[in-house]
Amino acid sequence: MTLKAWARSRGGARVLGAVTVVALIAGVEALIRAGFINRFIVPLPSQILAAIPRIIVEENVLHRFWQTAQEILWASLLLAAVGISLGALLHRFRILRLACETWVAALAAAPIVLMYPLFLVIFGRSATTIVMIGFAAGLAPVILKTVEGLSGTRRVLIDVGRSFRLSPAQQFWKILLPAALPSVFVGLKLGLIFAMINIVGVEFLINFGGLGQLINELAERYDLPGTYGAICFVILASIVFFDVTERLERWLRPSE
Amino acid sequence: MASGVAAQPQPTHLLEVERVTKRFITNEGAITAVDDISFSIAPGEFVSIIGPSGCGKSTLFNIIGGLIGDYEGRVTVAGEIVSGTHPAIGMVFQEESTFPWRTVLENVAFPLEVAGIPRQRRLERAEHFVSMVGLSGFGRRFPAELSGGMRQRVALARTLASEPRILLMDEPFAALDEQTRLLLGDKVLQIQQELKQTTLLITHNLTEAVQLSDRVLVMTYRPGRLKRVVGINLPHPRDSEVVSSDAFGHYVAEIWQDLREEASRGIRDDESRVLQAGAKR
Repeated sequence: MTLKAWARSRGGARVLGAVTVVALIAGVEALIRAGFINRFIVPLPSQILAAIPRIIVEENVLHRFWQTAQEILWASLLLAAVGISLGALLHRFRILRLACETWVAALAAAPIVLMYPLFLVIFGRSATTIVMIGFAAGLAPVILKTVEGLSGTRRVLIDVGRSFRLSPAQQFWKILLPAALPSVFVGLKLGLIFAMINIVGVEFLINFGGLGQLINELAERYDLPGTYGAICFVILASIVFFDVTERLERWLRPSE
Repeated sequence: MASGVAAQPQPTHLLEVERVTKRFITNEGAITAVDDISFSIAPGEFVSIIGPSGCGKSTLFNIIGGLIGDYEGRVTVAGEIVSGTHPAIGMVFQEESTFPWRTVLENVAFPLEVAGIPRQRRLERAEHFVSMVGLSGFGRRFPAELSGGMRQRVALARTLASEPRILLMDEPFAALDEQTRLLLGDKVLQIQQELKQTTLLITHNLTEAVQLSDRVLVMTYRPGRLKRVVGINLPHPRDSEVVSSDAFGHYVAEIWQDLREEASRGIRDDESRVLQAGAKR
């Protein structure tokens, strides 16, 4: 493979991405060391890197990562099951869609995290509260993109299904849903982003659970390298879930 | 669907279309898309319906295929009235209709999957139809990796896999270039002759209609009525070389005489509609 071809390949793109991140970190390190950024507000990236082994050992960060990951996983499963079902329902019944679509869109813009006291009253100070807030925050995009995907199915594909005398259930599972999958996955990814932000945010706010609680505790102790180190694990969780979602999409739609 | 016609279907006819009329209600009032159309097709026959754009050919395709209801007259298959889609009728659509998320083989196996045939058996059956349309070796490819002509062959193979008694095609090669269209016409003829497949082709392409058909039904411009039936007495088996024969040219000229008048009416009608719309603004 020539250098030009390699640069255009997926491997090339990954290397470029990694180099960009390393260059940015090196740039921030240089700016802090040169005094352009206050090191009492933003710690040196080298200090953050050095803090990671410490928080793994002392703060049990892997266990906390697993706690947050579990909450994200449950919220994702709920998002997929409930969001896609509600989207299908809104697509199936036009009257429901006309009645609810604007409200669902409004829900997407609502700062649901501010409703955490209500969730605390309903579910108590528990992982269920965190999962439910994450789920509620990510629900709107999943519903909206599912409706969009199902409605956007090409008429001719539906006619093919009709010509083969598919039942309504077969029509949904064999044609409508596979055709809508690219749009459904856009919704799921957006929902996942909202869910993750809210899950970590609520863990922080109610000082309960995984990484959010750890960030809260480290920030309270003014352990800035440790705080940023814990944030790195939040980013890692985000990368893992995004990667899993993309692999799932490729598995379901190998042609994409 | 009304059935005001008393005539019993002839046992020699597989498909009968009897006095079919379809009106659509639009903002500008009722429009008659097809008007009092009757014809029949014998088993193994290849019939084409040709007409200018807007003559109701696709409406007729949808009526016969059972995708449009609420029309006057009746359509019967072997004497059985068609209401909704019918298992004896297989449809090939004008638009690209392969499932992009399925491989060629999975696309072709689709009707067998719906029929509940076990995976291994249906894939073996699908292989047969894939090779019949000349796509052996492409079974594991996705439609996005194929050309437009290949994708239409996949759609054709998929419909053939359902083993319909009547193959109904709506301008399946309309989006293809002329050379590909002629060669695919050869393939369709070859398959039709091999399977003795009763076929109804909707087209606006004169060459295609004469190349493939035993009979050509010429339709008028709006409302779509049957203007003329032309029997094509070209020898079988046929292939695309037939287009260079004198007899072929004669048939094309003969049908064009009828079609030209209707196509001109269509163009005049389009122009006056554009002018009227402009005047309203």
